[in-house]
Amino acid sequence: MKYLGIVLGFFLSFTAQAAIDVREFRSPVDEARYRALIDELRCPKCQNTNLAGSDAGLADDLKDRVYEQIQAGRSDGEIRDYLVVRYGDFISYKPPMKASTLLLWWGPALLLVSVGFLLWRRSLRKPVRVNPLNADEQAHLQRLLTGSAQPPIDSEPRA
Amino acid sequence: MWVELGQYALVLAFVVAIVQGTLPWWGVVRGDARVQAMSRTAAFTQLGLLVLSFVLLTLAFLQNDFSVDYIARQSNTLLPWWYKISAVWGGHEGSLLLWALVLALWTAAVARFSQALPLDMTARVLAILGLVSTAIISFILFTSNPFNRLFPDFPIEGNDLNPLLQDPGLIFHPPMLYMGYVGFAVPFAFAMAGLMTGRLDSAWARWSRPWALAAWSFLTVGIALGSWWAYYELGWGGWWFWDPVENASFMPWLAGTALLHSLAVSEKRGVFKAWTVLLAIIAFSLSLLGTFLVRSGVLTSVHAFAADPTRGLYILGILVVVVGGSLSLFAWRGAALQRESNHGPFSREMFLLLNNLFLLTATVIVLLGTLFPLIADALELGKFSVGPPYFNLLFVPLTLLLLVFLGVGPSTNWKKQSADVILLPLRKVLLAAIVIAIGLPLIFFGDWPWHVGVTVGLCAWVLGSQLVDIARKTQHASTRRQGLKKLARSYWGMQLAHLGLLVMVLGIAFTTTYSVEKDVRLAPGESITVNDYTFRFEGVADHQGPNYVAQRGTLIVSHNGFVETLHPEKRIYRVQQNPMTEAAISGNAFRDLYVALGEPLDAGAWAVRIYHKPMIRWIWFGALMMALGALLSMLDKRYRLKAAGGR
Amino acid sequence: MKPSLRKSFIFGLPLVLFLALAVLLASRNGEDPSYLPSARLQQPVPAFSLSSLEDPERMLDPSIFQGQVSLLNVWATWCVSCLVEHPVLLNMAADGVRIIGVNYKDDRQAAQAYLRERGNPFAETVFDERGDLGLDLGVYGAPETYLIDAQGRIRYRAVGVLDAKAWLQELKPRYDAVRAESAGAK
Repeated sequence: MKYLGIVLGFFLSFTAQAAIDVREFRSPVDEARYRALIDELRCPKCQNTNLAGSDAGLADDLKDRVYEQIQAGRSDGEIRDYLVVRYGDFISYKPPMKASTLLLWWGPALLLVSVGFLLWRRSLRKPVRVNPLNADEQAHLQRLLTGSAQPPIDSEPRA
Repeated sequence: MWVELGQYALVLAFVVAIVQGTLPWWGVVRGDARVQAMSRTAAFTQLGLLVLSFVLLTLAFLQNDFSVDYIARQSNTLLPWWYKISAVWGGHEGSLLLWALVLALWTAAVARFSQALPLDMTARVLAILGLVSTAIISFILFTSNPFNRLFPDFPIEGNDLNPLLQDPGLIFHPPMLYMGYVGFAVPFAFAMAGLMTGRLDSAWARWSRPWALAAWSFLTVGIALGSWWAYYELGWGGWWFWDPVENASFMPWLAGTALLHSLAVSEKRGVFKAWTVLLAIIAFSLSLLGTFLVRSGVLTSVHAFAADPTRGLYILGILVVVVGGSLSLFAWRGAALQRESNHGPFSREMFLLLNNLFLLTATVIVLLGTLFPLIADALELGKFSVGPPYFNLLFVPLTLLLLVFLGVGPSTNWKKQSADVILLPLRKVLLAAIVIAIGLPLIFFGDWPWHVGVTVGLCAWVLGSQLVDIARKTQHASTRRQGLKKLARSYWGMQLAHLGLLVMVLGIAFTTTYSVEKDVRLAPGESITVNDYTFRFEGVADHQGPNYVAQRGTLIVSHNGFVETLHPEKRIYRVQQNPMTEAAISGNAFRDLYVALGEPLDAGAWAVRIYHKPMIRWIWFGALMMALGALLSMLDKRYRLKAAGGR
Repeated sequence: MKPSLRKSFIFGLPLVLFLALAVLLASRNGEDPSYLPSARLQQPVPAFSLSSLEDPERMLDPSIFQGQVSLLNVWATWCVSCLVEHPVLLNMAADGVRIIGVNYKDDRQAAQAYLRERGNPFAETVFDERGDLGLDLGVYGAPETYLIDAQGRIRYRAVGVLDAKAWLQELKPRYDAVRAESAGAK
């Protein structure tokens, strides 16, 4: 029942249609900063959309705040902090670098480096052994060589 | 009455699936060829029944039978007939029926094209597929039945299909996608059969590989279609959002790509068997995981089906049984497969291992990023969002690293190689790549963003090495043309697929760097110029559609003699009454011009969004090339059907 | 480690990892992933100076939370679920629960009429016309109900319709616990 209530209570923005808002900026740099910020910031009540892609009422309010703060000369960091204080880390699609997110940020690199290293070591350790042919195999080889067929094209290319 | 028939067909299919999943084992244990052959009959019967069930549900849609709960929720009398058909898989229950149907299709295909396999192997593979079918059909029958009726009170009009889904994308994207990741059940079944028999030799790899190629090809097309659809439908010019549902289809793709390459090694050299088997299990497991993530409601997504924890639990149960079971089997029997693989540090085996490592890391990035909010929630670490900034930051360097190695790997020999032999001819390629890396952006765009330069350079590097390799492989033929003709289809498939990757990477690099977006206020008669393209707004007029009313804008684009008229619309669908933006796109091979209407402002002026997106079509064209490359590889002579026991 | 033991470990690892994943998914199944706890837990209600809904001349600020445990309910006349939970709020108020209303982004006349017609469960109602207080609180979807302790600190946020079940199972236990705290401290 509570779940239903949540669904009813929110203004559903399942259409996730882009909100096209016309804003005046003092410089192209400001405009670029605005676009980057509303791409990075999440609409807290939408179904996984950033502020840029949402026309929900709350998203519009938040975009207004971001715009106002850019016009007021605040830096990106300050604007982010302003929103994180109110909505938590959830509001940014870029997770912060914290102790709790160490695995997230460094896990894959760690995996890559450690497994890569292990692979390299393993391949170096074992010398490539080519078992010498015994007498029968030698004879067979001779027959094949003095026979005919060209070796297939898509294997060993000649250097 | 059709509806009940459809339900009976489904129940029968369930029974046949059970038979298909259990009977062949007995045949195998008893060595009874006839019982084993019955697995084929069961597969065909199951397909027939599921086709019947699906067709009957479709008929009910076309007849506007709103006494069926699912149809009342998904359809409407005003809906055009082609959308009534695709509405069948527009919701949870119907899409699962499609899932089951696609699985039955693949199973029947295996039954049909398995003459080269020993019968007992076929029997095992079909039995495993039968077990998976049983699980899925049981899920449908017990929790998600599309045939449920709404008696005694049912509406005379339906809810209508979500307007976002009233689009050709819905007709093609889900079927392709399902063909893809459901298709990975086949290599999975082969892997299981191989584990059970202990027979995992080159022949096994050669049987499995075409199926993996086919499934992968479909999945590539399916994902590309989804991306393309989101791009033109959602109105904000994005083509990939790293949304959990998108990731759910991307993870099997990544694992599937690794599987393709690993199978190549197992086929040629008979090594890495355990790892290949594990990859086959992982690929299909990720498909099942995706099914869970999308339908259980544990993750928030705009693409997700309506959440239902009961269903979630059921799918989780299926996951535990199928994946847990297969991984248990792997833990038990996997070690017995190992054979010492001795290959040098600079061999093709090594490079393919590295390929797998990169793709595995990529899969881990996507998996970790998608699941991290869940993990953080469960461990009470806080609420986090993980989105494009995270994924792009990690994915891009990894891709670039992969490209470095892609320039060398395909040219290496099996087993051992001295580095000089390969690297020497590539020195010139490297030089050319550096020159192109520096020159191309400067010449065409007048500036040098380093990530574009590096990407261009790496793509030139790979392309150059591909050309060098072709030259080398044809240098000893009587004429160059003769040499080219002698190269195997699988070789060309590989080159095409790798080239497709380059095309896609270039498209991504250019479009993300050089796209321009402008939101402007335009009054009728006013113009704006973006990157030499002039857009003149001619105003907005009313327009009637089959089940919607719209305000239709007119913009005239001109550039160097080229002129085109674009008609973005703002639609209101009669039934659900939500406003929808339909963007207008003018696209050619080198750029897209994208226009969308915002809100009406004062005095007849409108807010208009304009995009110039260079090279964006290369993204999907590249994906198409990759899919075609896989298809070409599949048609290689060595996969031709022969009688069982032949080579 | 002996080679065969190490092998078993390596081959068993995927299964172990998968089971951990399954446990994670099972634990999160059925939970609402979109629920956000307040980012200001344990912090005082953010500073505000807004008029009372009934009397535009009278200004309210966070001092109204000092001295006793209260609930802060964010509501609006345009919010359908607020209508659903209104009777529950009236019952709670009748039982002695002190509820401060925050009328969020609404029309003053409409809100006053709403309370006249349906009853007023609020000890005070803050008129947050522009939604500034809402944004400072981190409101993401009305209705929301905050638990504020006697020192004016935010202790919990309930999101969605506060029906009888949600009150009894989710909010009331925490409400009672916080009241016991301040009683114990005295």
